Amino acid sequence: MEGSLILTIGFILGTTLMYATPLIYTALGGVISENAGVVNIGLEGMMTIGAFTGAAVGYFTGNPWLAFIAAGLAGGFLALFHAIASVSFAADQVVSGIAINFLGPGLALFLSRIFFEGATMTKSISLNDKIPRPFNGIFPQNSILDLIFNQYATVYLAFFLVFIVWYSLYKTKFGLRLRAVGEHPKAADTLGVNVYKIRYWAVILSGVFAGFGGAAMSIAVVSNFRPTLISGQGFIALAAVIFGKWKPQGAMLAALLFGGAQGLTVYLGGTGIQVSSQILAMLPYVITLIVLIGFVGKAVSPAANGVAYEKGER
Amino acid sequence: MTHSKFQEKVVEMKNITKVFGNFVANENINLTVHKGEVHALLGENGAGKSTLMNILYGLYTPTSGEIFIKGQKIDIANPNIAIKHGIGMVHQHFMLVEPFTVAENIILGMETTKGLGVLDLKKAINDVKQLSEKYGLHVDPEAKIEDITVGMQQRVEILKALYRGAEILILDEPTAVLTPQEIHELIQIIRNLTEEGKSIIIITHKLKEIKMAADYCTIIRRGKFIDTVDVSVTSEEDLASKMVGREVSFAVDKVEAKPGKKVLSIDNIVVKDNRGINAVDGLSLDIYGGEILGIAGIDGNGQSELIDGITGLRKVESGSIQLHGNDVTNKTPKEIIERKISTIPEDRQKRGLVLDFTISENMVLENYHKKPFAKNGVLSHQKIKEFAKELIEKFDVRPTNENAKARALSGGNQQKVIIAREVTNDPDLLIAAQPTRGLDVGAIEYVHKALVEQRDKGKAVLLVSLELDEVMNVSDRIAVIYEGKIVGIVDAKNADENTLGLMMAGGGETHGQS
Repeated sequence: MEGSLILTIGFILGTTLMYATPLIYTALGGVISENAGVVNIGLEGMMTIGAFTGAAVGYFTGNPWLAFIAAGLAGGFLALFHAIASVSFAADQVVSGIAINFLGPGLALFLSRIFFEGATMTKSISLNDKIPRPFNGIFPQNSILDLIFNQYATVYLAFFLVFIVWYSLYKTKFGLRLRAVGEHPKAADTLGVNVYKIRYWAVILSGVFAGFGGAAMSIAVVSNFRPTLISGQGFIALAAVIFGKWKPQGAMLAALLFGGAQGLTVYLGGTGIQVSSQILAMLPYVITLIVLIGFVGKAVSPAANGVAYEKGER
Repeated sequence: MTHSKFQEKVVEMKNITKVFGNFVANENINLTVHKGEVHALLGENGAGKSTLMNILYGLYTPTSGEIFIKGQKIDIANPNIAIKHGIGMVHQHFMLVEPFTVAENIILGMETTKGLGVLDLKKAINDVKQLSEKYGLHVDPEAKIEDITVGMQQRVEILKALYRGAEILILDEPTAVLTPQEIHELIQIIRNLTEEGKSIIIITHKLKEIKMAADYCTIIRRGKFIDTVDVSVTSEEDLASKMVGREVSFAVDKVEAKPGKKVLSIDNIVVKDNRGINAVDGLSLDIYGGEILGIAGIDGNGQSELIDGITGLRKVESGSIQLHGNDVTNKTPKEIIERKISTIPEDRQKRGLVLDFTISENMVLENYHKKPFAKNGVLSHQKIKEFAKELIEKFDVRPTNENAKARALSGGNQQKVIIAREVTNDPDLLIAAQPTRGLDVGAIEYVHKALVEQRDKGKAVLLVSLELDEVMNVSDRIAVIYEGKIVGIVDAKNADENTLGLMMAGGGETHGQS
């Protein structure tokens, strides 16, 4: 890093953005689902299947955007099961989510072995077939602007989606109904709002976003899928939802904080400081824990979050 | 039907039957409501009033029977269809989204948009303002529900129905949460609405309000249609006996109190609620032996926290509580029971009983570890059952089977089990928190008699109730609680409803008289 402080900061900020991006997508998914009253602990599994699908489709088609969309669909597909269990059958949302977290990685490994000759890793996609970097070559190479802003398009898309989700939740009819269903489903029901339909859409959308999050990892940050790629990021995203007080912009800031911890880890790993890499790898998780203990306090979740809605027969 | 002004039938429910499993909630019920009429639906708890109205509103589908709206036969499969035909319902437990604004709650499900699904909140706020002026229902469209009074929340509920073009408005127990003054306001609102040609159905078991507001009254008992009467020519006593199926006495039979020594002395205590706010905020109160002290107040003014503070379930932050001059502040609940304070808790199913235990097990919940019920840590079921049998007979609990699960008992009999257990502890202070909530007229008589009996034995009785009538009828002295403080104590003989009502509302600030 040539020893220059400015460039060091640029490097850490750039890495922060890169690592925060998958968390932002996934946390947005969590925000959508939980505002509709469905706890989605299955984000991890949905993210994993998204990461695999993105990497596999990207490898076979060479089209990163097709891969990205396929990842979203895969996440949404897995989320459908969570919706069926927890919305239609009023199953415990945590248990259903845990099941998804086993199902996602298991399915990813299984499919990987089928499509990649028994390997648990997908083959790397070529650098040209990764998500493009819109500002590549605009700034002088290795300048601070280049270090910060020469990012994959998924990074910019993530921030744009934060705005879209915020606008949809607070300024549209769909958002008003979605939040009503998460706060007081019976009230919404008595006004003729279809609680089940809205919850289904919310859960499926959360899976799509988590799938995007997985792909933002597997075809942008790195260039293939491996079983340890996601390792807890879905849960960190879930923590970001809570730390961000169930708001899209809050979740984004929390994701940036956790991404910053990753960025710091990467930087420290490169400085040759004598710290075991395992200890360094723990850093983002430790920060998550500290933040949750120390700063979240009594966050107020949507009132009906985690409560299945059953229409009133007695 | 003698009124000539009610000509046009707007609702006809014919032979409505609704069965849940083996339970017949409604059996061949008929109901006719005319344009511009206020129709009361009277019945005890569990008589099937709400079921009938939920059928009219499309929340339940009837097992058999027909519904005609303005002469047209309608199959009301869901609330949307009810709303489309001009039926609106204000539920007993308000259906409001707390963090949303008044306007957002009103438009939910029928949103004003600028196209593409983008909300037009400005238009919504204007629409709500116009509607509220038209009917004299004052609300602030931009206030959040969690920040406004219960009375205003109810007006929001009514506006919600009117916004959807309701012509027929169902009000489910509308006065349960209101102060006497707010009740008068509500009755005025109802008059405004009927003058505009709306029809109102009020579900209630309060006879006085029926006499004040309703034109006709349909009475339901145990799911069966009993009668429809013209309210102007029917007395409260007639209504009551039709509701219960026998003669009822309203007056609580009791002799003059003979207050004795001071039993409990509460000095300037502070108790926090779950949100960490001082729910009881510097409250002082003395209770004497041989008297019933009633606490009147609107729900949420610190009543529950006060009881929790006395009984050791919640920490008293400052101040002191003394029983016979001995400090009992922040003792454990067990110590407090042993020092002879007994409680009939507010929520009998959550705190009063273990519903899946038998009657006999419930009877010894506080004494199971003592002789003769236990020896060396082993329960003697024989002794427990004998004890339970004795109490079942003495307190007339039905069924008389001591092995029956508490869950299987009616509300009144569940309350009898609790009263039997608490009274048998021979307390010096008996706390009764909403002891008749959800009970029918017969069971209420029983509970009141039991409280007076304890008083006559020289015990101190602390009665906390949200029913002002109950506090006024049963108590010897009435203390009014407002925002965690006692704002006044009056002798029950000299108490009148309006003065108490004003004190309960914080000195009548809501009416600009303070």
